[in-house]
Amino acid sequence: MIPVQRPPVLEVENLDIAFNTKSGTIHATREVSFSVRQGETLALVGETSSGKSVTCLGLLGLTPPPPYCQIGGSAKMTTRDGTVHQLIGRPETDLRRLRGAAASVIFQEPMTSLNPVHTVGEQIAEPLRIHRGLSPRAATARALELLDLVRISDPRRRLDNYPHELSGGMRQRVMIAVAIACEPALLIADEPTTALDVTIQAQILELLSDLQRQTDMAMIFITHNLGIVAEIADRVMVMYAGRVVEQGDVVPIFTAPRMPYTRGLLDSLPRLEPGRPRRSLLRAIPGNVPDPTAHPPGCTFGPRCDHFRAGLCDSAIPPLEQTAPGHAARCLRLDAIANAAGVSA
Amino acid sequence: MTTTTSFIPARKPGLLHRVPALRRFVRHRLAMTGLAIVLLMTLFSVVGPWVIPFNDTDTDIRSRLVAPFAGVHVLGTDSLGRDTLARLMYAGRISLAVGLSATVLSMGVGVLVGLVAGFYGRWVGMVLMRFVDAMMCFPTIFLLLAIAALIDPSVGSIIVLIALTSWMEVARIVEAQIRSLRTRDFALAAQSIGAGSGRIMFRELLPNAVAPIVVAATLNIAHAILAESYISFLGYGIQPPTPSWGNMLENAQSYLSRAPWLAIVPGIAIMLVVTSFNFIGDGLRDALDPKLDR
Repeated sequence: MIPVQRPPVLEVENLDIAFNTKSGTIHATREVSFSVRQGETLALVGETSSGKSVTCLGLLGLTPPPPYCQIGGSAKMTTRDGTVHQLIGRPETDLRRLRGAAASVIFQEPMTSLNPVHTVGEQIAEPLRIHRGLSPRAATARALELLDLVRISDPRRRLDNYPHELSGGMRQRVMIAVAIACEPALLIADEPTTALDVTIQAQILELLSDLQRQTDMAMIFITHNLGIVAEIADRVMVMYAGRVVEQGDVVPIFTAPRMPYTRGLLDSLPRLEPGRPRRSLLRAIPGNVPDPTAHPPGCTFGPRCDHFRAGLCDSAIPPLEQTAPGHAARCLRLDAIANAAGVSA
Repeated sequence: MTTTTSFIPARKPGLLHRVPALRRFVRHRLAMTGLAIVLLMTLFSVVGPWVIPFNDTDTDIRSRLVAPFAGVHVLGTDSLGRDTLARLMYAGRISLAVGLSATVLSMGVGVLVGLVAGFYGRWVGMVLMRFVDAMMCFPTIFLLLAIAALIDPSVGSIIVLIALTSWMEVARIVEAQIRSLRTRDFALAAQSIGAGSGRIMFRELLPNAVAPIVVAATLNIAHAILAESYISFLGYGIQPPTPSWGNMLENAQSYLSRAPWLAIVPGIAIMLVVTSFNFIGDGLRDALDPKLDR
């Protein structure tokens, strides 16, 4: 278990990201607040277009520039030397100095995230040359160490390989090597295992947690795979339609989810359990994520919720309410639902 | 896609095997013929003048308009008794140099404009590309002639003139390439490791667009040599006594019936070189096409 009071690496408060498009303003995230501590893994869970990736891109200034994308709120990042940086509203040149050095991203598609015209060695050396000003020779030497660190066999030969000569799993390892090259305080992994097959997934997850243990970095792990969340996360933040709907430690989220959406996500997982008929249908959440330009009134999950009550749930957006220390959920009927579940259980 | 995770041959195979594009190019017969002709013509122009006993400006009044293969002057002489072969060689130096330099210059301008327009997009890209469109709307020949009439013709100014009227095509090609490469994941990945705009443009994106640029450059040389020829032919280009293939043609005009070889010889030279560069361009286009085996 993680000791309770590790220093926070990233503290985000009321992050609002809005895109100005021709058809109007689209709010990708609203009032997103969270924090990640050193050595801790926060899983960001949600369906497609729930705003989890854009949260992370926005924090690092990787969204389009201001007239096209507005970011509000506050995000304080503490680098390894103890300096605190405000990420929101920071000029691009400052953010550029932090990206890849203090905070790195691993993207979903290892196939396309590496540049096809440069060798693996050159690409791992790049952040070192940008941020540490290493000579080509020193950067290559460090790249070799990094390849070894991400457990690529025969690293010396791999150094001169081009991405198309590597398998998907290896490419993702190279991406990880690029991301951790400058020993970032924060690693954002945006669905890093989605494009890989299951055995490779497990290896990559293990590698990531080992690296995290060695370097004590904080990790934000974006995924829609709850199986992975259970394996890797310390805390979980569930997002729906751009809002945080529930957050807490991983065990309570899995054993006693409070928000109906989290519950729905967990119920839609296939499970092998004694006493449960094997061929029983999975319980899917009916409906789709609402159109970001036309959110339903009140609770955005309302139209898909089993516990929806007209006149209550569609009247106001529920606040994120603390339900237990370190656990919060966004639902007006938390108590009613908990009581009902208690009765039926 | 082949998986080369576990098996990698211990020894590196030859260059032709490692670079499929090169292999395809070598197999392209027309392109290889073109390459051979271009190399030969270059050798001919660069080394030739040292080999033959005549100079391009030596006049010999006693042997004016001598027919080819009739004496010491292998390709005959012109109205001043200058040796045609010698002039062809010296002219080749000028014409090839003009073609090459103009191409380098126009590639530089075109790539830069296309890169900036494609990378920044939005209004920067729009302004630049509309400017490119406007430039393309000018009838090149008349533009060339109009400017050539205003400035003092010299080898340098001709190079600049030709470059200024031929960079737009490359700019368009590069802009389109960069615009699509910009949205690729590796561009975002480069940004996420803290690479600046310049680094992303020149190190990450541009190398991915090399193939079409090389093809465009080759075709551009042919175009530039041709452009030099017709400006010189119309008398606004390279000024006599400095020979170029174009002004040799111009000199030949008045003696077309008495001494047709004066027109035929430089004409063949231009045709050979221009056609060869076009073949090389075609060959490169086929060889660098990523849709063929990779």
